[in-house]
Amino acid sequence: MSNIKTTELENVVVRFTGDSGDGMQLTGTLFSNLSAILGNEISTFPDFPSEIRAPQGTLGGVSGFQVHLGASKIYTPGDEADVLVAMNPAALKVNADGIKKGGVLIFDEDSFKKSDFEKAGFKTENPFEELNISDTIQLIPAALSTLTQSSLEGFDMDNKTVLRSKNMFALGLICWLFNRPIDQAIHFLTNKFGKKPSVLQANVKVLTDGFNYGNNLHLSVSTYTIEKSHELPKGKYTSISGNKAAAWGLIAASKKAGLELFLGSYPITPATDIMQELALRKDLGVKVVQAEDEIAGITIALGASFAGQLAATSTSGPGLALKSEAIGLAVMAELPLVIIDVMRGGPSTGLPTKTEQTDLLQALYGRNGESPAVVIAANTPADCFHYAFMASKIALEHMTPVILLTDSYLGNGTSLWKLPKLNELPEIKPNFAKPGMEGLRVTARDEVSKVRYWTIPGIKGFEQRNGGLEKDYSTGALSTDPVNHQKMVDTRNEKIEYINNFIPELKVEGNEKAELLVVGWGSTHGHLMTAVNAMNKKGNKIALAHFNYINPLPKNTEEVIKRFKKVVVCELNSGQFATYLRSKVPGEYLQFNKVQGQPFTVTELEEHFEGLLK
Amino acid sequence: MDTSIIQQYTAKDFKSDQYVRWCPGCGDYAVLNTLQKVMAELGVPPHETAVISGIGCSSRLPYYISGYGFHSIHGRGAAVATGVKVANPKLTVWQITGDGDCLAIGGNHFIHSVRRNVDINVILFNNQIYGLTKGQYSPTTKKGYVTKSSPFGTIERPFRPAELTFGARGTFFGRTLDVDLKSAQMTILAAAKHKGTSVVETLVNCVIFNDGAHNWLSEKETRYDRLVILEHGKPMIFGKNNDKGLALDGMQLKIVTLGENGVTENDVLIHDAHCEDSTLQLKLAMMEGPEFPIAVGVIRDVETESYDEAMTNQIAEIQAKSKIKTFDDLIDSCEQWEM
Repeated sequence: MSNIKTTELENVVVRFTGDSGDGMQLTGTLFSNLSAILGNEISTFPDFPSEIRAPQGTLGGVSGFQVHLGASKIYTPGDEADVLVAMNPAALKVNADGIKKGGVLIFDEDSFKKSDFEKAGFKTENPFEELNISDTIQLIPAALSTLTQSSLEGFDMDNKTVLRSKNMFALGLICWLFNRPIDQAIHFLTNKFGKKPSVLQANVKVLTDGFNYGNNLHLSVSTYTIEKSHELPKGKYTSISGNKAAAWGLIAASKKAGLELFLGSYPITPATDIMQELALRKDLGVKVVQAEDEIAGITIALGASFAGQLAATSTSGPGLALKSEAIGLAVMAELPLVIIDVMRGGPSTGLPTKTEQTDLLQALYGRNGESPAVVIAANTPADCFHYAFMASKIALEHMTPVILLTDSYLGNGTSLWKLPKLNELPEIKPNFAKPGMEGLRVTARDEVSKVRYWTIPGIKGFEQRNGGLEKDYSTGALSTDPVNHQKMVDTRNEKIEYINNFIPELKVEGNEKAELLVVGWGSTHGHLMTAVNAMNKKGNKIALAHFNYINPLPKNTEEVIKRFKKVVVCELNSGQFATYLRSKVPGEYLQFNKVQGQPFTVTELEEHFEGLLK
Repeated sequence: MDTSIIQQYTAKDFKSDQYVRWCPGCGDYAVLNTLQKVMAELGVPPHETAVISGIGCSSRLPYYISGYGFHSIHGRGAAVATGVKVANPKLTVWQITGDGDCLAIGGNHFIHSVRRNVDINVILFNNQIYGLTKGQYSPTTKKGYVTKSSPFGTIERPFRPAELTFGARGTFFGRTLDVDLKSAQMTILAAAKHKGTSVVETLVNCVIFNDGAHNWLSEKETRYDRLVILEHGKPMIFGKNNDKGLALDGMQLKIVTLGENGVTENDVLIHDAHCEDSTLQLKLAMMEGPEFPIAVGVIRDVETESYDEAMTNQIAEIQAKSKIKTFDDLIDSCEQWEM
């Protein structure tokens, strides 16, 4: 041990890659969780193929999990990996561009054979030279398959099952490399496999042997320690994915509002986890109906909203398209409804497992008629909780559909989450019709906020007929009167606009006197903030204004934008928010856009901003 | 339920203040009146009654009932009604729909709500035409029929709502004829009392675009020769003079005349609407004129757990077992650490 050098790091990026059956997601999750327990900030991003099991060893089947851990300000899963674990040549080939110069490659020697090279489309038997990385990275070959086999010798398991544990050998090795005691990993495994003692025993054995292998062989690289985070507020934390956080945000809101939570949904990548998470929560009274299609998903939810519950639906881009008409009905009937769109690459089926921000204009405008809905977006996996809660609060208090935009990157990625208590969360007070208001018309509303009173079937004296036809402002009867229609259109618009009295003002982060204002929204916050901080550290003057509330915009939007001479709107689409912003706050906006199914990298952002400041 | 507190309602209690706007002579009026009578007889107060519809002439009906109503979007009534019922199982939920709304644009929701057996009462107005869009053929329009969108006659094979309901494993199917009020009232009341999805196909006349589609059935003179009113436990006897009956000939139905060739009431089939096996019920539902009478009344009525009931029960069962009782318990249950 003594001859091994230990390097201290501020932060490190590790990427686990292999076949989609190699268990890389589990390995990555375990490693990031135990790092968090040791006091690191974490941010993770899984990157997996849409094929469930592509042919083994081929490029199409490569699944990856990246984790960024460090002492402070870990806003993103990181750009390039300091350490890449590649279970086969295909995984190496797909990820070779993503290894830092001087980085470490740990690979399974047993899977780096002639036939494996062929499957991955290598022309020679030296993939490192072929990829031009043999001089720039440190190689740690480990015969993971053979070592796993000998580790499990004597276990009553077939060879296939034995080899399935080789990810644990890799995890053990990584734990050694980063000086992470494996007790915590064993604790996690116990929780996961507690009911299957033989699987648990095997995994723990392989994990331990992997750790000892590194320790005993004195592999000729330095090991690393990473400082504990010193910036996070004290408290209890967990690591949570955006989809789970969103699901729990809805639950919290329903409890705060004193309503049942009802989800109508249909399976769609990458949003399905929200439905699955809520289906687990029957203990908290959550009702989930897995509908026959996307349209039924939202209309069943709208039925539940009509019946007086907190109703939500979860989907992704193609599903949002199918739900448009029903969102219009929620606008017209002025019923509360939360629509969570976990965006993915489009159009059409597009790139189901990849991330994009391309549904913004669909969320804002993708309906017939003048059909204003609230649109908000989350920044990080953990704050999907907050925004799902706020989406519910706004829907219930303002009697409107609210579309929450997250994306594949947030939905599947994880970040640290400070655990909340229900009594710390804001109150939610739906605008119920009150006793004494019996006989009130279906269009009756608060004249200031324009919020319609919510009447609940089952309660005597409030029987009303609602629907998608235009209604008379005063009597609530069906009406095609021209002047009345104008008034109703204006009223529905004013109701949404008025919500800007309840949302936080737009903040400027970074240098207040900046020469360049970076504008972003939603899940790009981490990358934009990291790039802006790095630029300011280098002596530039640059600021970030990041939007979570998109319709309505924060009240001070114009005032903030006009303060800066140069404004660049950065988003993972071809300029949808820029287009929207131009219509709301006319002016000159530069754009930086990327539509590759991947998040921004901090490096490319910095390069672009440097160019703009020249 | 404490029967002493059941209020007595009249049909008037279920009339809203809205002026009914169907065409004069439309068959929908008769169904609306029947429905209001049934609601009164059922005794569920208006505020616990929710009437949900999609789009079409018949889907305007919720405006005319004094309970809670939701006139939703085309084809989606079944899904909205599912949400209403599952969210609040205490409500009595009606779904008003037509042959286009239910079987064309809403076909998917229809079969799935029937499959789930959500406790909703579906009144399917079948006039075999699109009325509100002014006369295009619908999924139930007879093959060859000339409409505005089939100027040379339709080339499509029509759906039979009964067959779809049975195919979707429906637990209740009834049929009524708009003008035959007594059997309609009996059938719709049975539908309301059935636990699970009840489908009632009501044959209605569109005076404007498909006038007389059911005339051969409706005409008073011959009506009871052409339809058989099915009641559970009663012999399948019909005819103006109650002299005809249905019997089995091998696997097929046949018509027998009482008193002829020694046929007596004992040779006539007794209707079993509660039979799990739907073979005979389907045969009855599929009878076509003029060879056979059209079956109205309750054709199938089989009890099984409804979806909303199953949901309530499962929640209760899980809640009794789970350690997680509150949101804070949920938070406490996750892997966590101090930082």
